[in-house]
Amino acid sequence: MYKLLLCWRYLRTRTIALICIVSVMLGVATMIVVNSVMAGFTHEMQTRLNGMLGDIVLESRSMDGVSDAAKHMAKIRELAGDQIVGMSPTVVVPSLMYINVGGQMLPRHVTLVGIDAQTYATVSQFGQFLQHPGNREQLQFQLREGGYDVYDHQVDEPQLTMPRKQMRDAGWPHRRYKNRLAKQQARQHVALNPSVIETDAAKTELQAGKNEPATTLPATVNPFAQLDSVATGRDFDPNTEQHPGIVLGIGLCSYRSADGADHFAALPGDDVQVAFPTASLPPQIQSGSYTIVDFYESKMSEYDSSFVFVPIRTLQQDRGMFDPETGIGNFNSIQITLRPGADAVRVRDVLRSQFPAQQYMVSTWRDKQGPLLAAVQMETAVLNLLLFMIIAVAGFGILAIFYMIVVEKTRDIGILKSLGASGRGIMGIFLAYGLSLGIVGSGVGLGLGLAFVTNINRIADLLGQLTGRPVFDPSMYYFQEIPTIVEPVTVAWILMGAISIAVLASILPARRAARLHPVKALCYE
Amino acid sequence: MNNTLSQSSPSTFDASDRAVPRSDGPISTVAQVAQAALQEPVAGPAHLAARGLLKSYRKGPIGIPVLQGIELEVREGEFLAIIGQSGCGKSTLLHLLGTLDQPDAGEVVFEGHRIDNLPQSARDILRNRHFGMIFQFYHLLPELTALENVLTPAYIAEGILGYWRRRKEYRQRATELLSLVGLEHRLNHRPREMSGGEMQRAAIARALLARPRVLFADEPTGNLDRASGEHIMQILRRLNEQQKLTIVMVTHDAWIAQQSDRVVSLVEGRIV
Repeated sequence: MYKLLLCWRYLRTRTIALICIVSVMLGVATMIVVNSVMAGFTHEMQTRLNGMLGDIVLESRSMDGVSDAAKHMAKIRELAGDQIVGMSPTVVVPSLMYINVGGQMLPRHVTLVGIDAQTYATVSQFGQFLQHPGNREQLQFQLREGGYDVYDHQVDEPQLTMPRKQMRDAGWPHRRYKNRLAKQQARQHVALNPSVIETDAAKTELQAGKNEPATTLPATVNPFAQLDSVATGRDFDPNTEQHPGIVLGIGLCSYRSADGADHFAALPGDDVQVAFPTASLPPQIQSGSYTIVDFYESKMSEYDSSFVFVPIRTLQQDRGMFDPETGIGNFNSIQITLRPGADAVRVRDVLRSQFPAQQYMVSTWRDKQGPLLAAVQMETAVLNLLLFMIIAVAGFGILAIFYMIVVEKTRDIGILKSLGASGRGIMGIFLAYGLSLGIVGSGVGLGLGLAFVTNINRIADLLGQLTGRPVFDPSMYYFQEIPTIVEPVTVAWILMGAISIAVLASILPARRAARLHPVKALCYE
Repeated sequence: MNNTLSQSSPSTFDASDRAVPRSDGPISTVAQVAQAALQEPVAGPAHLAARGLLKSYRKGPIGIPVLQGIELEVREGEFLAIIGQSGCGKSTLLHLLGTLDQPDAGEVVFEGHRIDNLPQSARDILRNRHFGMIFQFYHLLPELTALENVLTPAYIAEGILGYWRRRKEYRQRATELLSLVGLEHRLNHRPREMSGGEMQRAAIARALLARPRVLFADEPTGNLDRASGEHIMQILRRLNEQQKLTIVMVTHDAWIAQQSDRVVSLVEGRIV
């Protein structure tokens, strides 16, 4: 009884106890905030990775791929059909893409992915990442007349984000405007530099009389100028025609300024040139023009700045992966989506046993992103270790303060012992004191941590305004906001850990108090 | 101060009620160990006795003898004063008699039972339920009010539930005891809000809560002015006369010592 009473009185009357409470509180709040942010990042990243990759990928080890996706898919369905929701074949090839910006060809190293627009939506969230509502319904690889998103549709409150003003004109209006502009520039160029007449392209243009030039740029600048007319065998009218559609990762042609506004180097309606190796031996470099029909934004900067998507049929033809007689094309990989709750590892193992490892690679999305996921996990573990050490430092603070309190209360301990209190009882006072400090500190820390997590973006903005430097730079992460998830189990572990440290730190001082000799304690000055 | 010292409530901390085992079964609890020791008479009719007590304090390699063979007997209901100069060992003797400390040799006998060699937990129970102690510097707990200080022995004896069940009884007795020593208006005052005399009276009330069989007083007036000291002595005398409470008091003040039934002198660690 006296233990609780004295513990309560010590808690109320000793301001030094506040220091212990504050140190526990700060430690707990920090751990809750860090864990919530890390969990938010991890969850967001995993969702996006899984969304992009599907659950299982069967890949051919050859860059030229293997023939007949339909046959392979039938075999997969035979092996694990009850687990599978959707499948889609893809052709993947490393490529070089050129974007024409103000007459300069900007090169980008990209991964060119040929997809089947009809089935690809069943194996990934690819469709949800597109910028035109119509394309999100069903991608056609056709340029739209307009209506591309100006506000990011993937955030909870799109109106609060910075508008992408350039996207207002994206689509056919932009294509027509760019074409008009290019023609004007070409005329001026010819007028100012008659020598360009010497070039083949200019000659062709002049010979064609009033026909529009095949290219939108002076031929001396654009090395792909002749591709269009050569490929089609007739004059190409950019005002009404488009090349095969291509969907670019948004990071390939945009950059985000510190205020969160996106600036685009190319828009849907612009053409890009892509160079890639053919499937023949020895490989040839094949080039092709494509018209941007949309952007995709998975918000994973690694993907958004490296992946471009074209129709699988086009790519198969361009790369020579297509048998004109049978009409059957080669593929590089088949993406597989499993039903919710299915065991991806088991399905992977079944497929591995049936598809020879010399030719095929079967992996889950976690296998493919193993190093990245492991790195994030390691980062979380190290952060927790460091923060736990900070709480341990707070624990040593409690230990020191408790020693002081024991010294200060030596005479009281003597009094209690003279009245018959046992050593264990005296120990109980200080253990209960440590427990109370731990509980109060953790409780307040929990409140503070949750309040911080709830308002973390507002706090980050405020800190950014105060320091003049953004705390969370959206251009680095492609997240508009800091993602957070409060996991109750983690919070419970943090609270238990903090309370345990507070109790552990009070054991030594409590033992010292318990062992004090009553006479010496009574005479203590 | 016109209150009588009659026993108004029969139950609180009554040793016969709480400490004596009611069966002859195996001894298991600490309280039973303490009682078992009390049930096996060693010798002698004295209420409290010291036999050949030796005690020395060690300062580095040198042992400084404090008590050098104390022989002392206190009879039931006696008010004994032990007088001696500062440093003669009288407080040490009181601590040994009150089981706060243990002798190097010799024994302390209480009601025919040897108590100095009891286990720590049994001695704790003796101090909590059979002995009362007051000190020169009052030794009240500064965080608690006068009433709570008086209740402290009950807090120590009882668990939360036990105290909660008997809280009214305990509070009534504590209030009566504080009224008895003239502090009925100070129930909720902290020690720092009280004078030295008031603190010592509160300490006496605390010592009486458990209805002790012996009250040990260590220089109870040593830190008080003459008037306050006399007040304390009046209370002690009345306790002795009306309740037949056995009191062992040590003091260096001959005038204070004369208020007792019997005075013994302690010189250089021996009773003379």
